[in-house]
Amino acid sequence: MQWPPPWRRSPLLSASPPPGPAKEFLRPGRVSEAARLYSHYVTPAEGAREGRWQTRPSLRPASPTNAPQQPPLANVCQQNYGAPQDPVEPAGLRSASHVTGSSLGKAEVSCGSRRRWAELVPESSWSPAVGASKMKVKMLSRNPDNYVRETKLDLQRVPRNYDPTLHPFEVPREYVRALNATKLERVFAKPFLASLDGHRDGVNCLAKHPKNLATVLSGACDGEVRIWNLTQRNCIRTVQAHEGFVRGICTRFCGTSFFTVGDDKTVKQWKMDGPGYGEEEEPLHTILGKTVYTGIDHHWKEAVFATCGQQVDIWDEQRTNPICSMTWGFDSISSVKFNPVETFLLGSCASDRNIVLYDMRQATPLKKVILDMRTNTICWNPMEAFIFTAANEDYNLYTFDMRALDTPVMVHMDHVSAVLDVDYSPTGKEFVSASFDKSIRIFPVDKSRSREVYHTKRMQHVICVKWTSDSKYIMCGSDEMNIRLWKANASEKLGVLTSREKAAKDYNQKLKEKFQHYPHIKRIARHRHLPKSIYSQIQEQRIMKEARRRKEVNRIKHSKPGSVPIVSEKKKHIVAVVK
Amino acid sequence: MTANRLAESLLALSQQEELVDLPKDYLLSGSEDEGDNDGEREHQKLLEAISSLDGKNRRKLAERSEASLKVSEFNVSSEGSGEKLVLADLLEPVKTSSSLATVKKQLNRVKSKKTVELPLNKEEIERIHREVAFNKTTQVLSKWDPVVLKNRQAEQLVFPLEKEEPAIAPIEHVLSGWKYHKVVKKGKAKKALKEFEQLRKVNPAAALEELEKIEKARMMERMSLKHQNSGKWAKSKAIMAKYDLEARQAMQEQLAKNKELTQKLQVASESEEEEGGTEEVEELLVPDVVNEVQMNADGPNPWMLRSCTSDTKEAATQEDPEQLPEPEAHEVSESEGEERPVAEEEILLREFEERRSLRKRSELSQDAEPAGSQETKDSSSQEVLSELRVLAQKLKENDQSRKQKASSEGTIPQVQREEPAPEEEEPLLLQRPERVQTLEELEELGKEECFQNKELPRPVLEGQQSERTPNNRPDAPKEKKKKEQMIDLQNLLTTQSPSVKSLAVPTIEELEDEEERNQRQMIKEAFAGDDVIRDFLKEKREAVEASKPKDVDLTLPGWGEWGGVGLKPSAKKRRRFLIKAPEGPPRKDKNLPNVIINEKRNIHTAAHQVRVLPYPFTHHWQFERTIQTPIGSTWNTQRAFQKLTTPKVVTKPGHIINPIKAEDVGYRSSSRSDLSVIQRNPKRITTRHKKQLKKSSVD
Repeated sequence: MQWPPPWRRSPLLSASPPPGPAKEFLRPGRVSEAARLYSHYVTPAEGAREGRWQTRPSLRPASPTNAPQQPPLANVCQQNYGAPQDPVEPAGLRSASHVTGSSLGKAEVSCGSRRRWAELVPESSWSPAVGASKMKVKMLSRNPDNYVRETKLDLQRVPRNYDPTLHPFEVPREYVRALNATKLERVFAKPFLASLDGHRDGVNCLAKHPKNLATVLSGACDGEVRIWNLTQRNCIRTVQAHEGFVRGICTRFCGTSFFTVGDDKTVKQWKMDGPGYGEEEEPLHTILGKTVYTGIDHHWKEAVFATCGQQVDIWDEQRTNPICSMTWGFDSISSVKFNPVETFLLGSCASDRNIVLYDMRQATPLKKVILDMRTNTICWNPMEAFIFTAANEDYNLYTFDMRALDTPVMVHMDHVSAVLDVDYSPTGKEFVSASFDKSIRIFPVDKSRSREVYHTKRMQHVICVKWTSDSKYIMCGSDEMNIRLWKANASEKLGVLTSREKAAKDYNQKLKEKFQHYPHIKRIARHRHLPKSIYSQIQEQRIMKEARRRKEVNRIKHSKPGSVPIVSEKKKHIVAVVK
Repeated sequence: MTANRLAESLLALSQQEELVDLPKDYLLSGSEDEGDNDGEREHQKLLEAISSLDGKNRRKLAERSEASLKVSEFNVSSEGSGEKLVLADLLEPVKTSSSLATVKKQLNRVKSKKTVELPLNKEEIERIHREVAFNKTTQVLSKWDPVVLKNRQAEQLVFPLEKEEPAIAPIEHVLSGWKYHKVVKKGKAKKALKEFEQLRKVNPAAALEELEKIEKARMMERMSLKHQNSGKWAKSKAIMAKYDLEARQAMQEQLAKNKELTQKLQVASESEEEEGGTEEVEELLVPDVVNEVQMNADGPNPWMLRSCTSDTKEAATQEDPEQLPEPEAHEVSESEGEERPVAEEEILLREFEERRSLRKRSELSQDAEPAGSQETKDSSSQEVLSELRVLAQKLKENDQSRKQKASSEGTIPQVQREEPAPEEEEPLLLQRPERVQTLEELEELGKEECFQNKELPRPVLEGQQSERTPNNRPDAPKEKKKKEQMIDLQNLLTTQSPSVKSLAVPTIEELEDEEERNQRQMIKEAFAGDDVIRDFLKEKREAVEASKPKDVDLTLPGWGEWGGVGLKPSAKKRRRFLIKAPEGPPRKDKNLPNVIINEKRNIHTAAHQVRVLPYPFTHHWQFERTIQTPIGSTWNTQRAFQKLTTPKVVTKPGHIINPIKAEDVGYRSSSRSDLSVIQRNPKRITTRHKKQLKKSSVD
């Protein structure tokens, strides 16, 4: 046996016919073992030289220089990878028994998408007694299903061999892929899209259009309301709505009008479309209240809205007096929100550190939870009726199940200053929070740490934030009069993706998930650049927290066992639940 | 009791006017009411207070919160004696004839009436309202629990959730023409069958007729060949079948029908069934020996494979596999019984043996192949069984005599027992490598050969081997010691463990042996060049050397010496400047001859390894398994790849995702709107708000 076999040799060497008996291996009588082994193996050029058969140009004949590189068919032919190996019969002979073609002289051997010339081995080559006239042809049969496309537009079929021995090192290879995907994700993480400028004072509130993705409303501290077009990134309408702050803004569920409340103790309803030519900019309705209204929210289905101030008022749009007024305690209420799923539920938060839930139908408060510090606003999960998240002054966010207020489901920590606003993604899987520390963060609902932090040099204290209804973008309004537009996924490619791009994206995502616990990948995925102020504050707070923890541990250690109760982080911030 | 309360309330009513300036009165009353009795009590109280000052349980001083009971113009105080004031007491001094008679009457009437409970205070009422409302809301919300859970655990969520459902048309319209007809036909067939069943019960004669009709229809169908594949419809379906599942199904159905119709009607005979049954049994009876041998082969070695197949063939030809378990018992009994002069059972056994061999011969002539032998064997197995039965009976009869002999059997010397081993087996078995298990045995072998030629290790079963008494080799303990000293890695590795094969097929050992020898020869020839064990040992030695801490040689050749090139530093100098490395801890694989343990932890790989088990996993093997299953298309088919990489949340760009609705998840949303509910609700505006409104209107 010769080594290396011909298919292992360099093309230059093996461009010549196979070693040894190749020239005369068709002549009867002189057949060596090697000839038998390589008998299937001949180039078309050689075939022509022999003159025994006519070569017919095949659709894609392998070039003579290429052909010798191919291993014997039995090894490479991928249709038959499931075929049992016969140990007795040498591989070469077996492949020679699969020859296609109806005519005697020539045949084509199919090998996946490639076609190669195969020679016919006359019976006489190993049985010299029989004359050349008696030639036995062994045919290769191939199934057209394996290579014929059903339509012209289909991709060419490329049969693959999934034998795991042919694709070794799957874990290391996928690990490297995951590493690369993670790195690329960081490389392409450019979340900032646009800044909408035009307000002449800090942006105090934002509202989404319920029917139009491109329309956004914003109210500023100088009483101005602006309507923006996100696709054009410009302001399409400006309304001087109030004197003093615009405290709250909300759109009607149908998107035809919107409501604003301001420091001038009024509730105003405006048409979404601007006034016609020559008309004056005037509200549809104006309600003059006794006290300042600090927030407003519209019912998700009906012509009802709720305001808050000294009490929570439920208004019928058609009336000038509230149809229902609910109160519990005497402090000013900073925000009120309708539950988007069970629409008769409301949640409010007041400056006496409590969160109160109301039932509009029964016109009564339901329960009150008092936290360590004031809650600035709450937001209901749009997919889970009983879950809401509260943005607190103590830098944390608390996700509650409204049926069990004594323990929050999750405490979300990462901000280093008061959290001013929170909004859920419409998918209900994540939420975004705006903070006084000049950054916004995105938290998964079930994680206590944020997955993303957005900041820019010029962005000041972020007062309001909204997640768009297609869950792709985030808007935030801040002190320095700008509204900024961000991508919800920092490295996401915008626009239409081809199917292959999509497959690659999904695959990379899964790889990142699979290997997320590996230290190398974790470090890269977690790495964020932070402004110095935030960074140093994080360090500082870490030290403080550690000191507190140490003290507590010491206290437990040095006192009678059981005398110092161990309070979990979740329970620590809850003062009381009032029925 | 009620009267008491009533009195209280009466008193309260009378004092209502005084309540306004109560605090002043209260202060005064303390100093005014100082009777003897009171003074004593006050003193007692004071003492108590003083005593409690230093005591552990400091008692709270009683505070008089309800002034009305203490300050009254009638000087009636509930405090003190603890006696209760009853209405009768009050009415007693009132004379019947006085002007107060009417009042008395009225009061008596009141006494008989039931009093209304005091209303709860407002806070309490509100609290109760809230609690009730909260419970109600919780109940309403609990319907979302399954939905939320499902969505949280969902493999994939596609937003927006609401889908445009196609309008559901009646089934006839949806089905295409032929499908509809098919359904109808099926229904008809079912109905007909049912009817026929009924008819069979009620009127057998009619049923027979019906049956005939059906038969005729079948025949007609068969003749018409309507259900063959030659029709136009069938042809078109055959073309479409490749791509269309429905077409494929239709075709299959049609084929099945065809088969059913064209099947030749056979009279189900019992004999046939039996035959089938026996065949099955036979199939079951095919011994596992064939498979076992295959499994015994070490790996897919072609040489081994070939030999194994030949082995099985021989095994099959040699002996009936069914009788395989017997020879063991046979041998034992033979070896036991041969010595005995005349044992009746021995005769019986011999008889049996003879008969069996006779039959075997006849079989051998019939079939060379094991598969072919099965059929004949089965019939013969019946014979065997009957023979066995007879044998068993005879054995029972002989049982008594056997027991008597048992005592004499014990006296027979063991050496004698071992002697009659079959002579012709010896040389072959000596060459079997399995026999030479340890050095000890080898040595023993040599010794025994010296001492007595007859005492050779026998092809005995394990039990007999253990039976071998120590008096055969008197110097066994010494040898054992020697063995321990002499044991060498090389030997350990070369000696082989006893193979299982020999146990499974005990009777064909001789032939197999030769085969094996051939094999070994072949393997030896094939791997003539490489000595794996030596290579391994060398590798290990190198590894051990490499892991040893190295001495540091600080000698500088030529330093401090005369001379030039090629000068060797003196031994003294070398000794002086050599820093000996401390000996490290013993290697872990020191006592493991065939293992190399790498003790160098690779810090480069450690950076890429997970140190702590991640959260959702409870066992490291779970995590490892998830890591080890590749998800890429390199290792998975396209379909599997797509399935493995489906994202958890899918959103469509430009689509508004609305909050989940009850209708989306199949719940009925409430028919009444929230607004209408409020408007119907009587308690709309709280009193406080009302007051505020009033105030504002006044202003």
